[in-house]
Amino acid sequence: MARVVVDVMLKPEILDPQGQAVANALPRLGVTDVSSVRIGRRIEIDFAGEPDLDRAREIADKLLANPVIEDFEIRVAEDAAAEVA
Amino acid sequence: MRIGVVTFPGSLDDGDAARAARIAGAEAVRLWHGDPDLHGVDAVVLPGGFSYGDYLRCGAIARFAPVMESIIDAARGGLPVLGICNGFQVLCEAHLLPGALTRNQHLHFRNRDQWLKVEATNTAWTNRFTPGQEILIPVKNGEGCFVADQRTLDSLEAEGRVIARYIRGNPNGSQRDIAGITNEAGNVVGIMPHPEHAVEALTGPSLDGLGFFTSVLRALAGATADGQLAGGQQR
Repeated sequence: MARVVVDVMLKPEILDPQGQAVANALPRLGVTDVSSVRIGRRIEIDFAGEPDLDRAREIADKLLANPVIEDFEIRVAEDAAAEVA
Repeated sequence: MRIGVVTFPGSLDDGDAARAARIAGAEAVRLWHGDPDLHGVDAVVLPGGFSYGDYLRCGAIARFAPVMESIIDAARGGLPVLGICNGFQVLCEAHLLPGALTRNQHLHFRNRDQWLKVEATNTAWTNRFTPGQEILIPVKNGEGCFVADQRTLDSLEAEGRVIARYIRGNPNGSQRDIAGITNEAGNVVGIMPHPEHAVEALTGPSLDGLGFFTSVLRALAGATADGQLAGGQQR
C-alpha cells in the first residue's frame, strides 16, 4: 500500500494541557513512574500510486500541522526509518 | 457602508454579527464560504462558531475556503477584517495574524461575561474606544489560549498591536492575558471574546461590543474622505 504516515506533535515549548491531564490521571491507575505525557496526532495518507513523500510533506506543512505550534515527521508506512521534516 | 459576514459550515454567530452590524448603522451582507465573490463589501467579519467542525485544528480548513482566498487578498490590500473567536482562529491559520489559539489551559469550555482592557485604539475596529477603557463582553471558547513565541509576543507589545487584554481573570491561559491583536496595518483584528453579543441591553451584559462595529464605520468614512482605504485611523 502506498501509505505515508504523518506524525504531528506540539512543539516542546508549547504547553500540552491534554497530556498533563493524562499524566495527572496516571497515579489513579497506580502508575507513579511517569514524569510527562504529550499527545500528538497520527495521520495516514494513502496515495493512489507510489507514495510521494514530497507531496506528503507539502500537505503536512500547509494543512496537517501549524508550524507556529507544531512539528511533524513523515515516513512511508513500510519503512521504519522516520524522516524528520 | 456594507459589512460582509461570512458563513462557513458550522458558523454559529454569523446572525448575531450581521445584527450587530445593522444596529451599528451598516448594511449587513451575508457572504457564503463557497463563493469567492465579496459582493463589493467595505469590511468583513469572520464570525464565531466551529467552521468545518473545527476538524484538524480550529480554522485550519476554513482558511482554504474560496471566500477566504478573496478575503486574504483584500485584507493585504487594506480591507478591514474582524475575526471573532473562531474567526480569530481562522485569521491566525491564514497567517493574517501571528500566533495561534490552543486548547484552554484548564481544558474547560469557558462561557462568561468577561472584562477586558482596551489598549490599541488606532485600528479600524477599535478607534471608538479610549486606551485603557474597560469593557464587558461575553467570552465563550474551548480553544482560546493565545500562544506565540517570545519574540513575536515582544514585538506585538512593542508595536502596540495588543488591542485588548483580559482583566479580573484570564479565562483560558492566554499568554500575557492577550484577548485580541491587530496586524501591522491595523486593518485586520482578531479577538477571542464576542463583541457581537454585547450590543443590546436585552441580551448582552453591556453595549460595549457595539464600539467595534461603529469603529469600522468611522474608519471607512475617514478612508472615503481621504480617498484611501487604510485601517489605521487615528482617534
